Amino acid sequence: MSHLDALPPWAAIVVAVLVLGGALMAFVGSLGLLRLKNFYQRVHAPTLGTTLGTFLVLAGSITCFSVLQERPVFHEVLIGVFLTATTPITLMLLVRAALYRDREEGSEYVPPSPTRD
Amino acid sequence: MSHDLLAAAILLAQVLLLLAMGFSIVRMARGPRAQDRVVALDALYVNAMILLLTIGIRTGSVLYVEAGLVIALLGFASSMALAKFLMRGEVIE
Repeated sequence: MSHLDALPPWAAIVVAVLVLGGALMAFVGSLGLLRLKNFYQRVHAPTLGTTLGTFLVLAGSITCFSVLQERPVFHEVLIGVFLTATTPITLMLLVRAALYRDREEGSEYVPPSPTRD
Repeated sequence: MSHDLLAAAILLAQVLLLLAMGFSIVRMARGPRAQDRVVALDALYVNAMILLLTIGIRTGSVLYVEAGLVIALLGFASSMALAKFLMRGEVIE
């Protein structure tokens, strides 16, 4: 751990809190994915890790490298922008597909399509 | 003192992320339906990307961020293709 010793104490504590908080969010999200009962409940849980978990860890990474290299390091933001743009698209497509499949089977969990003739 | 705290926090974060990846794999194996497996695969990708970022902080190499970006891109493409497949039964129409 030689390079991390170059961090001043305040930056070390900030990075520790951010990384640990992000990992905790991802853990809780995956636990929800494992434990919730229904697909439509389960699809909400991992987004906790995709949004808050990723952003906290990215903020910790930005803080760490900006302090270590003594200049602003911002290319982690690219991951954040990309995830913000793509996660809703993926999950909406998936839920539409699941809804379509459940309606095709006549599942009792979902109401029938209101416009279907 | 604070550096020991940082090392312990990163180690604990990596253990938590490995557990999260394990939960996703269990959900992917258990199913019960195809869409559950696809959501679990998506969560697995995201957890692996966060794990790579923590490894990058631990080793002090900026290259892990680019690897995480590639993982995010591939995860988006694969989840998109799988969702299209579940909807229509084929990926490219």
